[in-house]
Amino acid sequence: MSTIETPRQPSEFTVGVEAEPPPAPRDPKKIRWARRRRAITGFWRVYRKNKMGMVGLVLLGVFVLVALAAPLMVSPDDLKPATAPGISFQPPSSEFPLGTDDFGRSVLDLVIYGSRISLLVGFAATVMTMVVGTAVGIAGGYYGGRVDTVMNAFTNWFLVIPWIPLAIVLASILGRSLFNTILVIGLTSWAGTARLVRADTLSVKERPYVERARALGASSWHLVTRHILPNVMPVIFANTVLTVALSILAETTLALLGLGDPLSVSWGTVIFDAFDAGALSAGLWWWLIPPGVCICLVTLAFTMCGYALDEVLNPRIRER
Amino acid sequence: MSVLSVRDLHVTYRTKGGDVPAVRDVTFDIDRGHVLGLAGESGCGKSTIAGAILRLHSARTRIEGEISLEGQDVLALRPGPLRAVRWTGASIIFQGALHALNPVREVGDQIAEAITVHKLAGEREARVRTAELLEQVGLPARRIDDYPHELSGGQKQRVMIAMALACNPSLVIADEPTTALDVMVQAQVLQLLKSLQRELGLAMLFITHDLSVLAEVSDRIAIMYAGKIVEEGAADRVFHEPAHPYTTALAGAFPEIGDMRFRGKPSGLGGDPPDPQHIPSGCPFHPRCPVAIDACPTLDVDLWSAGEDRRAACIHVSGAPSFSEAST
Amino acid sequence: MSDTALERHEQTMGEPIIEVRGLEVSFAGRTSLLQGFRRDKVSVATAVDGVDLTLHEGEVLALAGESGCGKTTLARAIMGLIRPNAGQILFRGKPLGRKLHAYRREVQMVFQDPTASLNPRQTIYESVAEGLRIHGIHQGPNGETEEELVARALSQAGLRPPQRFYLLFPHELSGGQRQRVVIAGALVLDPKVIVADEPVSNLDASVRGEILQLLLKVRDELRLSILIVTHDLGLAWTVADRVAVMYLGRIVEAGPAEDVLLHPRHPYTKALLNVVPEAGGIDRPILLGEPPDPTRIPPGCRFHPRCPVVATGEAAKLGIEERCRGEDVGLEELAPGHLAACYEAWIERDSITSPLPAPSTREDPRTLGP
Repeated sequence: MSTIETPRQPSEFTVGVEAEPPPAPRDPKKIRWARRRRAITGFWRVYRKNKMGMVGLVLLGVFVLVALAAPLMVSPDDLKPATAPGISFQPPSSEFPLGTDDFGRSVLDLVIYGSRISLLVGFAATVMTMVVGTAVGIAGGYYGGRVDTVMNAFTNWFLVIPWIPLAIVLASILGRSLFNTILVIGLTSWAGTARLVRADTLSVKERPYVERARALGASSWHLVTRHILPNVMPVIFANTVLTVALSILAETTLALLGLGDPLSVSWGTVIFDAFDAGALSAGLWWWLIPPGVCICLVTLAFTMCGYALDEVLNPRIRER
Repeated sequence: MSVLSVRDLHVTYRTKGGDVPAVRDVTFDIDRGHVLGLAGESGCGKSTIAGAILRLHSARTRIEGEISLEGQDVLALRPGPLRAVRWTGASIIFQGALHALNPVREVGDQIAEAITVHKLAGEREARVRTAELLEQVGLPARRIDDYPHELSGGQKQRVMIAMALACNPSLVIADEPTTALDVMVQAQVLQLLKSLQRELGLAMLFITHDLSVLAEVSDRIAIMYAGKIVEEGAADRVFHEPAHPYTTALAGAFPEIGDMRFRGKPSGLGGDPPDPQHIPSGCPFHPRCPVAIDACPTLDVDLWSAGEDRRAACIHVSGAPSFSEAST
Repeated sequence: MSDTALERHEQTMGEPIIEVRGLEVSFAGRTSLLQGFRRDKVSVATAVDGVDLTLHEGEVLALAGESGCGKTTLARAIMGLIRPNAGQILFRGKPLGRKLHAYRREVQMVFQDPTASLNPRQTIYESVAEGLRIHGIHQGPNGETEEELVARALSQAGLRPPQRFYLLFPHELSGGQRQRVVIAGALVLDPKVIVADEPVSNLDASVRGEILQLLLKVRDELRLSILIVTHDLGLAWTVADRVAVMYLGRIVEAGPAEDVLLHPRHPYTKALLNVVPEAGGIDRPILLGEPPDPTRIPPGCRFHPRCPVVATGEAAKLGIEERCRGEDVGLEELAPGHLAACYEAWIERDSITSPLPAPSTREDPRTLGP
């Protein structure tokens, strides 16, 4: 064996990353923000590559912008039956690209303005669903035992009841208003989310890093907020996006059944009015189809985003 | 007579991130009745070789070189003959075998499937043969109708072995067959494998990261690192007198109890096994090597003679070409 | 025990820091919904069935055994993650109360799977700082900031420069580095005891040595006590001062590492040592059967169904077979500090009047009888 002349000292600890991360700040708060920024930019970089997600996002963006800009595009007078700008039942023309309804209102105006309520109800009902569903799901999943048995029974009860009859009963008891619409949708949707969240909580709860935090002395609150919730987030997030789509559909359904707020303009109420006025048999397609198409597109947009989120969020957690 | 002959094997995975060379320029032979042990850690390419022999990789994976099984060039086989050769020419005992059994079918069924798929026998004869196989691996024949969950880890592993022997292959590839098992059960399974191998005159390729297991069951050992073979020779000598510094480190991870050299002195290397996508230049081991010299990062390293019937890919072995920095 | 071994033994043995007395932990089997509601007990698995153990200051104690022997459960009970059904755990002489918050600062755990032990959504900095935050520690004993404490812990664990690691996520590190992060997270609280559950078995073989070196280094520098749970007796040989071998919920042999590993007294320990792979073939006696079921503990000595001494008739010859089959056996001291729970070993002890020879060569563990 030859003698060794100049043994090289191996580099003591090689950092296994390709790109050097930016120099780390020393302040814990700044570190937390830096982490969030890194997480978000990392997420965005991957999401951007997902074609379906990007199409969905753009589509969604268009609708949200329209909804927000609606008051600037449509004057409220044009929506009042008394001060409608056009003649009733006109097919699409240059002045009214989507024709007019039974009062002579521009259907385009109605569709633009209707996006506000539809999206609002969709988002609001989803918030309620998410909050209640997540709370119940995590509580049952984390505590187990009797708490879980009770929560589970509660959840299953709501899950099993067919939602339209329930919605009808609730609407007739509570009365027809925007708030009640949101309430009804929330009450009938939270159970699905709770179930999903509970299942994921059960799985996350068993993970070694949760046990490690327990071994460090963490309280239940710390475990739930810092470990379980952030890791159940992907499931919640993907589910949220789909729930919004379903809530918008639900609002439409309620409106079509005549349970929506009669005073507000939403896509559902427009279709309801159209049916009520006999638009189907009279062949007034310009009144019926546009709101339906909008609902389809919005639902599609949310669904595409939801699928993309599922894809993006899972590989990120997957370690090398 | 050579049962398996591998020459200049290159296996490259094609991924979104580029080409990943998992196996580079590997050459070895396994004769009838011999056991070759293949040792290495994660990312070294040993499991890739197992898959390559039976062409189990996806169509996108690029395999170059020559693999001859009983004289037949496996890489040139068309799908029909290839399927015929799988399991009858060579079979695999998979890694993670505890999960390789279908949980909703009886184990006897699964073993018999290997036989009937190859049309070696009808159903009834296959069942008889299955019972024989179970006895051969030390399980009572009445367990033929048990479901996997009714068996313990060691018993499931025996079923996997029985399955591998079902079609009388000439070569059995064992890919980490005892990794998940308890040390006592591991010993039982190793004893079984060794006795079956002797009894049936099988050629065996035994793949594991546990060098001490290889020292026990193989005739020869080849050590892999970063896709290449870095040392090979007789099992006993490779384990006790390693020529390559990586082998020394790997052997040090499995010290013999009673060896005072390791008492209170765990031996290990800094750094990590290299990522196949980022293999260091020259000798791939140089960043972690305790005896690396200046020439190593640029060295075109090859398997040089390191003594009688031994080769190692290190500049410090006797058969290595001399350089101006190293004195013989 | 030779003189040098005894010296080393006495050097490393400090005061007892954790004492386990008569610990019992059992788990109920699967239950139906109604049974769960009424808290019925169905089949019971006794994972730990009466264990006495002492961990001294500054020592490395290896808890060895196969799966199902209860070593992991025992470790978790010592950590306070599982509440025992009976028995006591004393820390510095005082029994653990119900409030374990302060105890958790002193006794930290390192888990088997470094990848799964780290929250994938937290940065390395946050994972290490977590312990400090849970215990509300904003300042070190000498006025250090949280960041300085984290940096010091990362450095002690061998990750230098520590700042480079603050913003990384676990999936960006290698297995060995992740384990170092877990160790840093344990060190940051300045504990007195580290309980390591199979700390290197999930790591690549060439990386294991470094992590073990790290554990020994922190033991030396910080005067920690380390309890390592492992199935690998080779690991015990490498790092442990003392070894305790468990079988089916009980400790069957315990003593200084060199004694237990080179001069095993209990047939189970001898069998385990027999099967550690080594060059030269496997024509050695191997125990039959599988590790037994903790829900069905045999009567008498719990090892007797698999014991070679009973199986080969030696026990009958020695006249102890009745006791092996019928009488539960406890630990007895065979040599200073070396205990075993075996009737045959006791006979051997009583028949030996001179001290054991020095462990300079490896004794042939194939001999099972006296």
